[in-house]
Amino acid sequence: MSTHEINVTVNGAAASASVEARRSLVDFLRHDLGLVGTHVGCEQGACGACTVLLDGRSVRSCIMFAVQADGGDIQTVESLAPGADLHPLQEAFRRHQGLQCGFCTPGMLLRSLELINANPELSPEEAREGISSNMCRCTGYQYIVDAVLDAAAEMRGDTAGGDTASGDTASDGEEG
Amino acid sequence: MTVPKVRQHPEHLEWVGKSIPRVEDPKFLRGRGNYIDDYEVPNMLEVAVARSTMAHAKILSIDTSAAEAVPGVVAIVTSENVADHVNPNPDFGPSPERHTWHCLAVDKVRYMGEGIAAVAATSRAVAEDAAELIEVEYAPLEPLTDMHEALEDDAPLVHEALGSNIPFQRNFVFGDVEGDFAAADVIVRDTLRWGRSGGQPLETVGAVADYDAATGMMTIHANSLTLTHFLFTMANTLRVPSNKLDIHPHPAGGSFGAKFWEVKTAIIAGMMARVTGRPVKFLQDRLDNIANGDHHGSDRYYEVELAARSDGTMLSVRYKVVDNYGAYIQFGVGQHGNSLAQAIGPYRMNSLQYDLTAVLTNKCQQGAYRGFGSEVGNWILERMVDLLAAELDMDPVELRRKNFIGPEEFPYFIPTGNVYDSGDYEAVLAKTLELFDYEGWRRRQAEMRAEGRHVGIGVCTCQERSVFSATEFWFWFDEPVAAPVTSAPESVTLRVDPMGAVTATLYSNASWGNSAETMVAQFVAEELGVHPEDVTIVYGGTSQGMPATGPGGSRFTIMASGAVEGAAQKIRAKAAKIAAHLLEANEDDLVWEDGGFVVRGSPDRRKELAEISLAAHMFKHSLPEEIETGLEAAHVQDHPYTTMPNPERTDLGVFYPFVGHASHMVVVEVDPETGRVEFLDYTAVHDCGTVVNPRSVGGQVIGGTVQGLGTTLYEEFLYDADGVLRTPSFAEYLIPSALDSPTLRVGHNETPSPYTPYGIKGGGEAGRMMAPSAICAAIDDALGIRIRRLPATPERIVEMVDAKD
Repeated sequence: MSTHEINVTVNGAAASASVEARRSLVDFLRHDLGLVGTHVGCEQGACGACTVLLDGRSVRSCIMFAVQADGGDIQTVESLAPGADLHPLQEAFRRHQGLQCGFCTPGMLLRSLELINANPELSPEEAREGISSNMCRCTGYQYIVDAVLDAAAEMRGDTAGGDTASGDTASDGEEG
Repeated sequence: MTVPKVRQHPEHLEWVGKSIPRVEDPKFLRGRGNYIDDYEVPNMLEVAVARSTMAHAKILSIDTSAAEAVPGVVAIVTSENVADHVNPNPDFGPSPERHTWHCLAVDKVRYMGEGIAAVAATSRAVAEDAAELIEVEYAPLEPLTDMHEALEDDAPLVHEALGSNIPFQRNFVFGDVEGDFAAADVIVRDTLRWGRSGGQPLETVGAVADYDAATGMMTIHANSLTLTHFLFTMANTLRVPSNKLDIHPHPAGGSFGAKFWEVKTAIIAGMMARVTGRPVKFLQDRLDNIANGDHHGSDRYYEVELAARSDGTMLSVRYKVVDNYGAYIQFGVGQHGNSLAQAIGPYRMNSLQYDLTAVLTNKCQQGAYRGFGSEVGNWILERMVDLLAAELDMDPVELRRKNFIGPEEFPYFIPTGNVYDSGDYEAVLAKTLELFDYEGWRRRQAEMRAEGRHVGIGVCTCQERSVFSATEFWFWFDEPVAAPVTSAPESVTLRVDPMGAVTATLYSNASWGNSAETMVAQFVAEELGVHPEDVTIVYGGTSQGMPATGPGGSRFTIMASGAVEGAAQKIRAKAAKIAAHLLEANEDDLVWEDGGFVVRGSPDRRKELAEISLAAHMFKHSLPEEIETGLEAAHVQDHPYTTMPNPERTDLGVFYPFVGHASHMVVVEVDPETGRVEFLDYTAVHDCGTVVNPRSVGGQVIGGTVQGLGTTLYEEFLYDADGVLRTPSFAEYLIPSALDSPTLRVGHNETPSPYTPYGIKGGGEAGRMMAPSAICAAIDDALGIRIRRLPATPERIVEMVDAKD
């Protein structure tokens, strides 16, 4: 098995490594760099749990070789909240309970970030279609759509996020 | 046990009922979930399993020489020697010795994908390389996948020791079925087929095992072993003393039942750890999970008769069901106990018949999937109610309303012996009709139809049983019961430290997307007056553990509420003694208020929990002699309401007593040319008693509904006649995407349970237990067809339309 030297930027830091030609990008991130926030769901590019950003564009890191990322700028979930505070997108997911088991969440966050960066004023339909690239088996997607729209609004400075998640405390609270 | 006493629920609750943000979310949002694949130890090997390429075949020989020669391979165990290392897997089925189940196939393979060899190597990639080099010589046997063929006398046998393919058959009669049918004016009959789907969480099942030859301790980290108080049975499989097996839970990246009790992965990891003397990780890949994950859902064929009077009054129902269990039957026919728990739905009926035949075939075996079989029962009954409505030309809403058990009739004992604790089905229906605007939709539907559009409206009203008791598992045994287990506990330990900060220890694999940590934090906050975000939640391994059953059957929230309540009571009782001493007051004069004790009538004479705890930990000799240092209490919550089945099994006792209810109403537009189903509206109103966190329940309802949508329209583990699994990946096994999923309006009605803390009922499985009924009714209404088989894929819908024309 041939090995190759690669030089990448991961979450803003330079990383150099010697990797087997068949080393997938997700295995490189998880096992060589210890960035276990990127998850493996199907290993065939169907579910999107392994989504990371490469040069700002979402890629399926389970069906991409690490050598293909050589020279690239990679962003994983670990980059979103390097300090004590969560990223506004993470805060919105939390406020809206846009996650349950949390396994799809890192990929869903990075895909959502890509969508918002590309179109800060995305509509509910565009948000829903945009995240249809990524499977979530828990939430039924509705609260994820809520979170993406709210995060987009907050990131462009429209609102302070609001307290939509707690708007249904009444016993007969209606949602949706 | 007799009937538990009726509780008086507090009028004011500080935390229960609030949609607080979930306390477990920050770690998941940061990618720090500590899932099983995130867990690594030095010197760890990884395992890959070589799988059978045949559905049914005698194993003649296995050649591992090429695999052993691969650099990095450390050990291989195969079908030929697996029995030298481990005993058969734990098995709750009837007569497990007649359909023996090992972690790798022994003598013959019984389904495509069954494991034939486990390879431990220095990396997963090397292990997979080696597994592919293992040569197996098979003598093919006739494959058997069809449940009706399995019943024929000359059918090939899946297990020769069983002598047939029928591990269980019994005709249960509850009440005067013959009399009720004789009194009927109308009997509707149908045959219905529920296809096999499964939880398919995005994270597969995995385990990391480490065997210490010096101490004899087998330590296993796993994401799939939640029936903690039964784990001693796995020690027998692994041939270690039960006090030398220590299981540590990791959060599950989704379960939906599929990680309720998946022992095989942990057993393979444990076996390979012992063989190699090194820590071993075995993480299923997606193909392992689909083909060999032991958790396919129900796979049933029904012949059903529903008897009624001409005015629509339902009298009795007869179910004749054949269930295709696949190659093994690890949980017995427990999936039918779930159906029997609510077999009359929300409708007043005095009798029912349940003629059950389980068959074995060359498919992967069944396990648990959200509803555990009761979701099938709901769909069957609702299909029949819709058929009756059509037969009597009654509005499906009116027919249901007419037959509802009334709010004054609870507790209501159904013919099987189980009880419905409380309910107000009319209120749920009324709220659904209002939220959905049923009349408005009927008008709009007429307008759309006039434009040539195929628009349909569907309604269902269904039960959700919650909190199974172990006695549920008795019904498939005659007296004397082989293992008359009655315990299904859940435990929590609460520790208040010297600063007054609270840590809650859980003892099952509680976290699998169900907000378990938030639930516990809200209960601790309610009981001890702390903020939920200040509660630390940790998990105990089994070696220091307490009895626990874990989530499953919508039980965790209720059981945890009782465990926290009990532990908090013990803590407050001790704290009261200390506070009385510190305040120089009589203990009887103290009142617990907002997280501290206050002397009645003297609000300035008060001690906070933190002050009391500091004294409890640090000032032993300032306190009365009998007070031990520390402030910690554990509580085992046993099942709150269990009664024994009778020996004849004409009364199964109370085994699933906290019964919620829901109504779903849905509008679809269907393209008769392509079979595409588009959702125009979807309303779901659920009553799971007192709601702990409305947003979380809403999330469960929506997520469950979308899973139910998948069950209804797309998802199926499809085996062809040769036993070849045609859906081995997410490219063929289609789970709903965001674009397939509707936006729901969710409403909650709250009819508290009289028997649980705060009046909570389980709600985690409910969406999937309702959606198939409502969606099928809507598609029927849109196209003038009748769906009798799930999934109703686009192809099958088009076939039904063509058959009608």
